[in-house]
Amino acid sequence: MSDILVSEQSAPGSGGSGRPSGRLLEVDDLRVEFRTRDGVAKVINGVTYHVDAGETLAVLGESGSGKSVTAQTIMGILDTPPGFVTGGQVRFHGKDMLRMSDEERRRIRGEGIAMIFQDALSALNPVFTVGFQIAEQFRVRRGMGRAEAKKRAIDMLDQVKIPNAKGRFNNYPHQFSGGMRQRAMIAMSLALDPEVLIADEPTTALDVTVQAQIMDLLAELQRERQMGMILITHDLGVVADVADRIAVMYAGRIVEEADVYDLYAKPAHPYTMGLIDSIPRMDEKGQQLRTIKGLPPNLMNIPPGCPFNPRCPMAQPVCREKVPPLLQVGNARASACHFAEELVNRV
Amino acid sequence: MSENILEVRDLVKHYPVTQGVVFKKTVGQVKAVDGVSFDLRAGETLGVVGESGCGKSTLARVLMNLEKPTEGSVLYKGQDISKLSGGALRRLRRQIQLVMQDPYTSLNPRMTVGDLLGEPFEIHPEVAPKGSRRAKVRELLDLVGLNPEHINRYPHQFSGGQRQRIGIARALALRPEIIVCDEPVSALDVSIQAQVMNLLEQLQGEFGLSYVFIAHDLSVVRHLSDRVAVMYLGKIVEIGTEDEIYERPTHPYTQALLSAVPVPDPTQRHNKTIIRLTGDVPSPISPPSGCRFRTRCWKAQDVCAEQVPLLETRSGSDHPSACHFAEKREIVATHEV
Repeated sequence: MSDILVSEQSAPGSGGSGRPSGRLLEVDDLRVEFRTRDGVAKVINGVTYHVDAGETLAVLGESGSGKSVTAQTIMGILDTPPGFVTGGQVRFHGKDMLRMSDEERRRIRGEGIAMIFQDALSALNPVFTVGFQIAEQFRVRRGMGRAEAKKRAIDMLDQVKIPNAKGRFNNYPHQFSGGMRQRAMIAMSLALDPEVLIADEPTTALDVTVQAQIMDLLAELQRERQMGMILITHDLGVVADVADRIAVMYAGRIVEEADVYDLYAKPAHPYTMGLIDSIPRMDEKGQQLRTIKGLPPNLMNIPPGCPFNPRCPMAQPVCREKVPPLLQVGNARASACHFAEELVNRV
Repeated sequence: MSENILEVRDLVKHYPVTQGVVFKKTVGQVKAVDGVSFDLRAGETLGVVGESGCGKSTLARVLMNLEKPTEGSVLYKGQDISKLSGGALRRLRRQIQLVMQDPYTSLNPRMTVGDLLGEPFEIHPEVAPKGSRRAKVRELLDLVGLNPEHINRYPHQFSGGQRQRIGIARALALRPEIIVCDEPVSALDVSIQAQVMNLLEQLQGEFGLSYVFIAHDLSVVRHLSDRVAVMYLGKIVEIGTEDEIYERPTHPYTQALLSAVPVPDPTQRHNKTIIRLTGDVPSPISPPSGCRFRTRCWKAQDVCAEQVPLLETRSGSDHPSACHFAEKREIVATHEV
């Protein structure tokens, strides 16, 4: 894995490199801003990541880091206005989706890339039955008849382990519990057998026992179907259980990307380090919680240099002047810190 | 052992389920809290954990005397708080304060921080005479790590973590003895959550506060609590010290809950077993007979449907657990740091 894409985050508006690479889905130097009455918020400032078949990339970040907006841009569901893509590419099988016709993009949605959301109750249509909403895809996209579509939909409900799928077909979303609704949404998103599944905080609203069930289900379905999965979350616990690779986002940039084991063993960015030190752990006794001082930056006024520098315990004058690019450091990992080498080589 | 500052005895809170518009009739009871007893000792933190709908927030409301219990009592230093009224109730309210989950809705958007934090003194003027209130408010802001210069700002000018600090400052204003924290950090980002948790710990040390700390996050609860109560469908199923609950859990529900918590360490992913619970939590309107957990329990026998298991210390265990077949099982491999 020496092929982590490296982007020069300091060169704005480069519009992506555009070279084909045989990757399933890649985001290349993506830039998005929100134009509001109060000013322009630079929400995504050069994000680059990729996901291949059969692997899980976790995108980790706190509120406002841009992890969900990146996903919305990939899916083409960014609210415009206020959101505008100002640079970069999103390539699916090497083709830039941002320059496709609406018709082409529509074809990719569902069959190529599908997405599940945090809040299943608002993602499902309350006035149609769950079964109808799944079967609809088979009818519209696959041209199936009513009876066959229903059979396939029940089969999907079975696959996500909804008990008594046949009887549940005619239930409305409000008749499902939170966990069941999440299962129904997974069934719906997987109906057309997508190659990539984007899961945006899929278990954040759920209780811990239900969360474990849903994460298991997602991991199992991913294995069976050899899907690429982008798991967007703020939970370092969930990530540790399922991810292959992790991309950590801060203020609209990827600040670190690494294999899951490397990242937890030896973070190569002070922000990642701070995050790992600030989570309470159930398996540790007498733990001192270290904190990251201060607050994430206002996206309308990101500090010059490294966006993390006002909160960073290691900050030097160079950090206030130069934006550190996301560069490869050590083996198969990348960090956007001027002192990444020192961090990785420390004992 | 230090004295009990709060004693909760057989507390029951039922909400009627009604039908009809003009002629309402009661068709059932939501048994939100159904026979809960525990003690809170001076200066300690009692964690209350459980999943949504287990009654932990209703418990907070009854402890605060915002709801009258259907049965049972809450004794503050021997006084039954639900029987107090007038001046005695007002004096009690000073001693028990609440920090709420959502710092966005729990602060009035039209009031400045100075007004928000000054309001408790208007209700309890004996704490701070009129002239000294601004100074008191500045002191409070400083105490919770906010800039005292920001006294004239409105809540929307603060971030989520800062608002939660305002909520904590407001709870502290009257120098209470007990603070009930209802999910105080669950709406916050991890880096901010740690700041607020450390603040709560620091304030406890400084003022000798007792906390009832209600949360669904088991890691957060372990970090802050001296003792922990685990709730399921309106009842406490297990209670004990932090070590007893996390290292030697005996109730199957506690064990399942602990096993499902993701540990932020990828090297652990293959050597842990998650105990899978089947089905959903039953409705609190008609909970199962006998043990309420039996419908999802892998140990359930006939006796579980017939007899309600008492919350008591059984042989082979060192703390109370409400299971006929309570048995120690190690779930969390704890290490000292």
